[in-house]
Amino acid sequence: MNIVFVGHVDHGKSTVIGRLLVDTGSLPEGKLEQVRENCERNSKPFEYAFLIDALKDEQSQGITIDSARVFFKTTKRDYIIIDAPGHIEFLKNMITGAAHAEAALLVIDANEGVRENSRRHGYMLSMLGINQICVLVNKMDLVGYSQETYNAIVEEYSAFLGRINVKPSCFIPVSGFLGVNITDKDKTIPWYSGNTVLDALEEFTTAGDTVEKPFRMPVQDVYKFTRFGDNRRIIVGSIASGSVAVSDELLFFPSGKRGMVKEIEAFNAHPPAVASAPAAVGFTLNEQIYIKRGELAVKADEKKPHITSRIKTSLFWLGRKPMLAKKEYYLKIGSAKVPLRLEQILRVINANSLDWSDIKNSIERHDVAECILTLSHPIAFDTSEENPLMSRFVIIDDYEISGGGIINEELGDSQSRLRDNVYLRNYKWVTSGIPVEQRADRYNQRSALILITGKKDAGKKTIARALEKKLFEDGKIVYFMGIGNVLYGVDADIKGSDIVEDVKIEHIRRLAEIAHLMMEAGIILIVTAIELRQSDLEIIKTIVNPDKIETIWIGEQEATDLAIDKHIENAKNVDEIAGIIKETLQEKRIIFKPW
Amino acid sequence: MDHLENLENISIHLLREAYANFKNLCMLWSIGKDSTVLLWLARKAFFGHVPFPLVHIDTTYKIPEMIQYRDRLAGEWKLMMIVGKNEEALEKKETFPDGSVDRIACCRNLKTKALVSTLNGSGKRYRYNHHTNRYEVDKNTEPYTGVIVGARADEEGSRSKERYFSPRDNRSEWDIGDQPPEFWNQYKTDFAPGTHLRIHPLLDWTELNIWEYIDREKIPTVSLYYNQGDGTRYRSLGCWPCTFPINSESRTVTEIIEELKSGQLKNVAERSGRAQDKEDGGGLETLRREGYM
Repeated sequence: MNIVFVGHVDHGKSTVIGRLLVDTGSLPEGKLEQVRENCERNSKPFEYAFLIDALKDEQSQGITIDSARVFFKTTKRDYIIIDAPGHIEFLKNMITGAAHAEAALLVIDANEGVRENSRRHGYMLSMLGINQICVLVNKMDLVGYSQETYNAIVEEYSAFLGRINVKPSCFIPVSGFLGVNITDKDKTIPWYSGNTVLDALEEFTTAGDTVEKPFRMPVQDVYKFTRFGDNRRIIVGSIASGSVAVSDELLFFPSGKRGMVKEIEAFNAHPPAVASAPAAVGFTLNEQIYIKRGELAVKADEKKPHITSRIKTSLFWLGRKPMLAKKEYYLKIGSAKVPLRLEQILRVINANSLDWSDIKNSIERHDVAECILTLSHPIAFDTSEENPLMSRFVIIDDYEISGGGIINEELGDSQSRLRDNVYLRNYKWVTSGIPVEQRADRYNQRSALILITGKKDAGKKTIARALEKKLFEDGKIVYFMGIGNVLYGVDADIKGSDIVEDVKIEHIRRLAEIAHLMMEAGIILIVTAIELRQSDLEIIKTIVNPDKIETIWIGEQEATDLAIDKHIENAKNVDEIAGIIKETLQEKRIIFKPW
Repeated sequence: MDHLENLENISIHLLREAYANFKNLCMLWSIGKDSTVLLWLARKAFFGHVPFPLVHIDTTYKIPEMIQYRDRLAGEWKLMMIVGKNEEALEKKETFPDGSVDRIACCRNLKTKALVSTLNGSGKRYRYNHHTNRYEVDKNTEPYTGVIVGARADEEGSRSKERYFSPRDNRSEWDIGDQPPEFWNQYKTDFAPGTHLRIHPLLDWTELNIWEYIDREKIPTVSLYYNQGDGTRYRSLGCWPCTFPINSESRTVTEIIEELKSGQLKNVAERSGRAQDKEDGGGLETLRREGYM
């Protein structure tokens, strides 16, 4: 079991750990004597903290004890003690150390009382999801074992933890220096008869409740090692919570696709019938559906995760540069990675006083903030209340992990209603008997939706026809679909009432559904549109696999918010433009260059 | 789920994470027990396949059994085997056995420099041809941007401070004072052009865990680890001029596990038989900062 020691600098973490090692007989032979001798020789009083320092020297000679991690064992179990730095500068390292712990001991100096990092560390522990916390009121010998002092600290710190919804498992008055209440109960503190530090350690429970939660597995990858003669398509990942069994019906989000577990795969072992958190597994499906890294696998008959591109979060910032509203960052959650923008800072919390500060427009290093984030694609998650593991994310700024946080609430985005439709469609979808790759192999192309847009007289239709012809002559399965064809047929019932925004959306929705059908059929579809807007594209992306969409802007591009894949300006003639688009398709590996 | 299964799961997760994030990925295989366990874990993670090259730095002073064992497994397990050397230093005889440099400088030449140039593609890479059973010059000279290494935190001081995903700058150097945060199974997988990442899936394993896992999975290991009757065995493998066996009666994996559990080796460092460690002021920090594994 991993235990982290946290607390303000100089409150005696190392002394308590040193004492714990001595009193449990966990030191290498002769170590204690050696350190005592050293102290005598240098005429300084012996301190248990020196043991930890001495171990540091020892490690440089190649012996296996580390300053950051100390190993010891009791008859009950093995422990790894993580000594987290108490200094604010090392908050990044404190988080790295503490995030691997299942429980924490927070040390407070009875003489100094609750200090800045006593609070900050308490707060970070709660955000990191470490909810087994025992508080040690140390250096009781320096306050004459005063029950009054102890009670005052217990009261003050309990009140603090209460405000962040943390309930400590215990408070223990100790003296690391004199070994009071570390491993042995003694009568030095007559008014205390509770647990010792060792008792508290032994009473911590290992995180076992993840198996009880609904099945959640971020899809880490999909393997098909055809080059090694292996035709299995194996979906892999580490189970975050719950369990999965052969024949379970699964859903994958955010795509909403569905599949049934055929076999749980294994190497050098029998394929298991069931696998539970935290196993790293791989399984095949009965259906040949196309999914990829970034999806979240859940069971069809269990609680569905939230899916949205707007979230309300609590986050802490570690980056040297502050987090700003205008800048683009990446959010990583499970195996998904999506671009993100800071939409709104609700409040910035001073982790020391827990006071809400005035409205700030940036989040500084070591700040903790509540804010709304907007993502460029929807993600699947549970909230921090429902399933903490599935609510945790990190933020990448300029290649570096610069912050972390938890999602507290799903907020609606513009696509919420459409997305529900798409999920029902995908759930009811009858999968073709011909796998996607087999179709792509036969046609020697991948299906794609090519959206050609630009100003009114940019010659989009002529270009679309030229491209269609070029690809057709190369033997591709390609179709240019004129908008009119849709307008007077599929849209006959709503045509003519364009003024209403809802109807506009419905036009685009129907167009996108047709495109989706054609994608499934393996076709390269060309569509033209006048000055396509980002909001239009968002609708299409909700309905058609976003990876299959190529947006091409012809001619001069003025104020438009559309994210385009290719901008073609100043081309000599239609044929040249069609050639450029063809090259783009080759670069994107939708079609292949001839040998 | 027992402790070994837990360690196995974490390592598999890290291997898959590396494979998903790095186009030019390789794994270092020193032929020793740790990187061989790592290779086995890769076969588990990828269901019997190893979908990236294994890089071995050959100093030409390796104990001959090690090379035989390497080529045997490369053939049996269909490994994409790449071997790199510092041919210039070998030709100029700038080595410790040639008497021209000390042990540390020799390690720097034959290991660190050979490794750096093999990884960035500036040095020749020799690739095992499974049809001819020979090594041929590899045409691929693209730099590897992700390098999987079998370092363990409990081995020695500097390794205990490592991250699972540990960045190296464009000169392969390691900034031990300012490492990225790492939490909630999220790792540094984004990197600037010219830099690369070392990935350490075995960071949480101890020497005992390694042997227990070898025992459980029946992983083939080099015979040098076992006492062949003279009361000695190698505890850590390297080049013959600088690697010495320890006194031990252990003839089998089970006996090594017993020996480690008994505490007989408690006050003997695992790498005590590696002479270069002692010359590097005790730790390997100097060598490792420069790019040593």
